[in-house]
Amino acid sequence: MSELTLFLIRFAYLAILWIFVLSAISVIRSDMFGARVPETARGAAPKPAARGKGKSPSRRRGSPTHLIVVEGENSGARAELADAPLIIGRGADAAIKLDDDYVSTRHARVAASGEEWFVEDLGSTNGTYIGSVRITQPTTIGLGVQVRIGKTVLELRK
Amino acid sequence: MTQTGSLMDFVHRRRRGAELFLLLLALVVGIGAYAAVGLGVEGTIPADIAAYGGWLTALVVAAHIAVRLTAPYADPVLLPLVAALNGLGLAVIHRLDLAYEAKGRDNHDFAQQQLIWMTLGVVLFIGTLFFLRDHRTLQRFTYTSGLAAVVLLLLPFLPFLGREINGANIWISFAGFSFQPGEVAKVLLVIAFAGYLVLHRDALALAGTRVLFVDLPRGRDLGPILAMFAIAMMVLVFQNDLGSSLLFFCLFLAMLYVATERPGWLVVGGLLFAGGATAAYFAVGNVRNRFNFWLDPMAYYDQSPGSGQLVESMFGMAWGGLIGRGFGNGMPDRVPYAESDFILSAIGEELGLTAVMAVIVCYGLIVERALRIALISRDGFGKLLAVGLGSIFALQVFVVIGGVTGLIPLTGLTTPFLSYGGSSLVANWVVVALLLRISEQARRPVPRLEEPEPDSETTQVVRVL
Repeated sequence: MSELTLFLIRFAYLAILWIFVLSAISVIRSDMFGARVPETARGAAPKPAARGKGKSPSRRRGSPTHLIVVEGENSGARAELADAPLIIGRGADAAIKLDDDYVSTRHARVAASGEEWFVEDLGSTNGTYIGSVRITQPTTIGLGVQVRIGKTVLELRK
Repeated sequence: MTQTGSLMDFVHRRRRGAELFLLLLALVVGIGAYAAVGLGVEGTIPADIAAYGGWLTALVVAAHIAVRLTAPYADPVLLPLVAALNGLGLAVIHRLDLAYEAKGRDNHDFAQQQLIWMTLGVVLFIGTLFFLRDHRTLQRFTYTSGLAAVVLLLLPFLPFLGREINGANIWISFAGFSFQPGEVAKVLLVIAFAGYLVLHRDALALAGTRVLFVDLPRGRDLGPILAMFAIAMMVLVFQNDLGSSLLFFCLFLAMLYVATERPGWLVVGGLLFAGGATAAYFAVGNVRNRFNFWLDPMAYYDQSPGSGQLVESMFGMAWGGLIGRGFGNGMPDRVPYAESDFILSAIGEELGLTAVMAVIVCYGLIVERALRIALISRDGFGKLLAVGLGSIFALQVFVVIGGVTGLIPLTGLTTPFLSYGGSSLVANWVVVALLLRISEQARRPVPRLEEPEPDSETTQVVRVL
């Protein structure tokens, strides 16, 4: 095989190698800025379906009907799950308004997804705990599961 | 490690099509290299290229389908990068096999064995994706995997299993196969560190007394993980495995730093490392040798033990220059163990600096993707796991390539995915599966919670997710 052919093969192979590397980089680049699904479109689509189902857990037998504060300053305060989603915090728009210095203004949210109830931390300073574990994403809670927010403990009741 | 609103709004696309496109290019890289080796060394395209290419394609396509089925939102770039590196590695090992065959050496079926190991790696990759649907399940096995890692590291000491190769007592031999349990232990240790640190990072970072630059944590917070780490380190030192002990030490430091956000750990770690390295220099002959070879490789060229391997590799890379000699025109077989530790020098000699840079960029991209996965991951365990797995690649590549090119003293480690070495290859494929699983969890849109009614009271809440 002639010297020239070998040289061309070598050159072609190096080109292929770099074409691969550069394509990988361009995929990464488009991945970084290329989220073309706007937030509103994503939220709007599943909404009608969720609306019908969302209310149903509160009407079923054996399902929780309200959220109650079992420990802390506001012990006994409650909110009906029929008004879900519920915001918990010190702010004026909170469904359960807590007078607890360790609670953020908009601390956590309780909402339904299908049959299940979720608690979600809204970026609070001191975190939302289930047991001793700080939650980092929407977490399912059942009847009687204790959710700790600051010095306050809440749970779902029938 | 708090999640911010702006990051959560970002919607990732699936990008499976992009992955398939990159995978096809990766196959061209792998099979093209195999064809180029045949043309360069034997003058014809190898007769078995269809079978070889078909097998490689089947493996890659199987992996891609598994990702499509089980992790549709996973990162699109990781798998192609890994496939390309593995394909290139196979071709270079095949090239070395041909050179060994011409020289009349007994062992010249490394490429074939490597292909078998790659197949096993891909099978385990697919298995991991199918059976591990949520990486957070691994958190339950924090202590189990720590214990398993220590047991695996101890296995080579068992007289009927252990085997000593080249002075390092890190192999076990079982039913004709030899295996390096340390490669698997490394992944298990990352899981153990991540699981432990995510629970105790607040205590580690905040409680304790301040000494010099660092808040030293309380013994009961640091104790268990320190014990796990100390045992692993001791085992490695007794096994005479410098590279792995360095890797574990840096890995532990990196994860501790990321978990506690205290730069003081790096200062302490650096001092400990400097102290340990100085002590090792004076106490261990092997370490002193390697240090001397690094400082003045030419002076020890024809001695035994000497720096012949390192010098030959430098000769090779210098001869290769910018675009290399071309497959078949170099003499990469002059370097002992060119197929494992020194595979980069074989690439540098026959494909040149251009290809070496491409390989290093590929590793850089793998590490970048791992750190990006850690950034977008929504749970602390996933973040730490991704950081740990990414650091394994980063450290390993730095230690090996730095050693081969003479930047740092040489310590034996495999180049991930390129080097010949079954245990390393299989373990790294599983690591990639874990990274893809974490990225799938992180990139998948969050389960949509019910939106508030758009009435007057709640309209002030623009968006709460």
